[in-house]
Amino acid sequence: MTLEPDPNDQRPILEVRDLVKYFSVGRSMALRRETAVIKAVDGVSFDLFPGETLGLVGESGCGKSTVARLLLRLDEPTAGTALFHGEDIFAADSRQLKNIRRRLQIIFQDPYASLNPRMTVADIIAEPWVIHPGVVPLEARDERVRTLLENVGLRREHAERHPHEFSGGQRQRIGIARAIALEPEVIICDEPVSALDVSVQAQVINLLMEIQERLGIAYVFIAHDLSVVRHMSHRIAVMYLGRIVEIGTEEEVYNNPRHPYTKALLSAEPSLDFSETREKRQRIILKGEVPSPANPPSGCRFRSRCWKAQDICATQAPQLDGGSHRVACYDPEGSTAPA
Amino acid sequence: MTTAEQEALIIRRGLPWWRLLLRDRFATAAALWLLFLAVCFLLGPEFFGKAATTLNLRVRNLPPGSLEHGWLMILGGDALGRSMLARLIVASQNTLTIALSAVIMAMIIGGILGMIAGYMGRGIGHIIMRFADILQSFPSLLLAVVVLYVLEPSVTNLIIVLAITRLPIYLRVTRAEVLEIRERVFVDAARALGGGRYHVLRRHIGPVVAPTLLTILTVDFSIVMLAESSLSFLGIGIQAPEITWGLMVAQGRNYLSQAWWLAFFPGVAIMLATLSGNILSNWLRIVSDPEQRWRLEAPRKNDG
Amino acid sequence: MADAPLLDVDDLWIEFRAGREVVHAVNGVSFRIEPGETAAILGESGSGKSVSLAAVMRLLQIPPAHIPKGTVRFKGMDVLNMPIGEWRQYCGRDISMVFQDALTSLNPVFSVGWQIAELFRTHGVASGREANERAVELLDRVGIPDPAMRAKDYTHQFSGGMRQRVMIAMAIALGPELLIADEPTTALDVTVQAQIMELLSGLRDESDMAMILITHDLGVVADVADTVAVMYAGRVVEQGRVSDVLGRPSHAYTRALLNSVPRARNKGQTLEPITGSPPDLARIPSGCAFHPRCRFATAICRNEAPPRIAVTPGRFAECHHAEMVFNDA
Repeated sequence: MTLEPDPNDQRPILEVRDLVKYFSVGRSMALRRETAVIKAVDGVSFDLFPGETLGLVGESGCGKSTVARLLLRLDEPTAGTALFHGEDIFAADSRQLKNIRRRLQIIFQDPYASLNPRMTVADIIAEPWVIHPGVVPLEARDERVRTLLENVGLRREHAERHPHEFSGGQRQRIGIARAIALEPEVIICDEPVSALDVSVQAQVINLLMEIQERLGIAYVFIAHDLSVVRHMSHRIAVMYLGRIVEIGTEEEVYNNPRHPYTKALLSAEPSLDFSETREKRQRIILKGEVPSPANPPSGCRFRSRCWKAQDICATQAPQLDGGSHRVACYDPEGSTAPA
Repeated sequence: MTTAEQEALIIRRGLPWWRLLLRDRFATAAALWLLFLAVCFLLGPEFFGKAATTLNLRVRNLPPGSLEHGWLMILGGDALGRSMLARLIVASQNTLTIALSAVIMAMIIGGILGMIAGYMGRGIGHIIMRFADILQSFPSLLLAVVVLYVLEPSVTNLIIVLAITRLPIYLRVTRAEVLEIRERVFVDAARALGGGRYHVLRRHIGPVVAPTLLTILTVDFSIVMLAESSLSFLGIGIQAPEITWGLMVAQGRNYLSQAWWLAFFPGVAIMLATLSGNILSNWLRIVSDPEQRWRLEAPRKNDG
Repeated sequence: MADAPLLDVDDLWIEFRAGREVVHAVNGVSFRIEPGETAAILGESGSGKSVSLAAVMRLLQIPPAHIPKGTVRFKGMDVLNMPIGEWRQYCGRDISMVFQDALTSLNPVFSVGWQIAELFRTHGVASGREANERAVELLDRVGIPDPAMRAKDYTHQFSGGMRQRVMIAMAIALGPELLIADEPTTALDVTVQAQIMELLSGLRDESDMAMILITHDLGVVADVADTVAVMYAGRVVEQGRVSDVLGRPSHAYTRALLNSVPRARNKGQTLEPITGSPPDLARIPSGCAFHPRCRFATAICRNEAPPRIAVTPGRFAECHHAEMVFNDA
């Protein structure tokens, strides 16, 4: 199974620039009024090329799910642009937005909540065609639904059933069928396997990869599990507290992590390789926990847990440098010379 | 899918609704009673109209229970000797018309306003809620009295007034539910597919809100019938010769010590109608929710 | 070290009665924990791992739970038949448990320091100022910065990882000989997981405390545990040293699990998901419970429950085709 995107198509489908989302949470306690601002996403930029999978990795509070919601414009950004085939998603009017949503889809994390329990599976999968009439004519819909069910590994008869009759993994498949019903160009996968049992995760991952190969869909694959992301992605972006700290190809990021956080993240992952004894493995254990997005450290947000923080890290936030393997750090790890 | 997957699925055959109804004996009884009322509603005035208005002073305040004066007098005679049974049957038409119309109107208008208030943005939401506040701050009976005093107490006006007084409840409940449902992930999913507000309201929020409203409606039904009887008692409700159960109760109040059946049987009629409505709405709620339907579909204890 | 095992679970059966249905959650589970041993119990949801240990701690509600058979011996004492009052004296002091969700396990109304000190007070170990001081010491030991200040804070003022540390502090306060941790890292971020695992490893090394880690995460098992018992459908299907069992499994389920997890595979190797779904515990398949999903399954697997095969000394697998699985590299 190949994972290579088409090298001839170099223009990105999705260009995200300086995406920002602040949530203000007002608390008025008697006379004092405190408004906390949660800087969930604070300047995120990346490109997505046709047919590829961009993995977006990070721990809780890093803003990755917020990015997903912003790209679908389920929330309005505070600032920034996202160009889909050159058209800004955030500047689109309702008609243009509807048109964009035809080609840019999402799979949600929670298989239990993302399907309306009162609708049949057939209704759920056919809903995209109700919203976008003209894509599939009325007579053909029933057959298309059943074909889609087969494509995602369910059975034709399941069309009449309701979501609660299915397991988590099966519901996620239904969600996938719904997402590909319009044959979109991009699917944002927001932690699609996190809520599933270990043995079921593999089924869904395989399905996603098979769909990508067949339909040429590009994914933004959001997850906190590094090993899953690695398996699926061509390129990887690592997020920390609302910012991308490192971005590169999967090989570059895994074999040569440049940002201290990436390095810590990779080393924190337990490995099943028993050739190296436990004592020999150098584990980087970060001190402290992820700071609250309402009160992030000044300058580089990772400095409070970084073992080589310097003065400059507190005053000015580092920007992503250039090249294919980019990192936002004043003292990146490892050598930058090609392997 | 493998056999294991099949094993994991509960195989269920979809049962037709009347089979599900028969599974619930109380619901069946309720449905039958309401069916009977519907027949009274449609055919009552036709067949019993004469009997309901025929005066017979010889059987004034006749106690119920004897067939001496014909089967029509089984429930007794009223103060003017008219057949209680016939009057009850004939009165069903007005009673049900007024009560049903009022609550359905309140539900539809209140529901729509509630959905707008909950989904269409803060500004208009505030305006609608203040409007509901104003409506609710009037004691409903007082409002009815004032309005009906100014306008004449016709059936139509009565319906409108009763609907207005019940409206805020539907509005508030709908809005509260909408606020909760709109945060659910499947609503996000519909929006992400490109669904506009109208689509989301119609296909996702509406069907979830509707059962709650129907449940409220059945409770409201009895409240409205009693409210109507209060108005009749005050003389600003239904005017004779029109008749409703509420008016019969009101008229019978004066005779409670001598002829209790004058107020009793209409009261029982009101109670049975609302009870049937409640029971049936409960059944309806279970049937319409796919996650609850198994309660009725599951094989009974005697099955293998 | 002493010869007698610290914890000896022998042929434990647990079922839940719900209406007419009986859910067979645990079906003849046996394992032993030696003093100082760090063991992992590995299984997915529905494997019976949490229920088994809940029974050991006598936390199960009986009914609807029902223990038709089995014995549990802690330091030689019969746990299941002991009067509950007597058992409660051992809880917290000799044996303690850490749960997955710290937020709901800690009392939100009392400060953290108070709760820990309360442990000392109720068990008569210390009181007053000494109890408070020891509570602060304990918070420090589990790596909570600024412990004196934070002892006055309430549960909700701590982040997920910190709460977990507080729970661990409470669990080790009285120096138990056995600590049971039920999915201690599942709800946490990866870097915080690493911290907690580091903490647990450190505690294990410092004292002679034995640990049982209940988890579904293969990585956690590989990282911290010495031995592992793999559970499926309420039975222990494989047991042995971690490097043996995970390095070279001899049960089809363990093998299938390893093949389906990205972590264990190299990039480019396809994942081999386990077909089908976990079994309905009210209707457990005949013979070997895993046979409907097993690629090694033959007729005997459907008809006969597999015997317990000693693959190597100290290592068991309940599989008709253990040797084949072992050799299938």
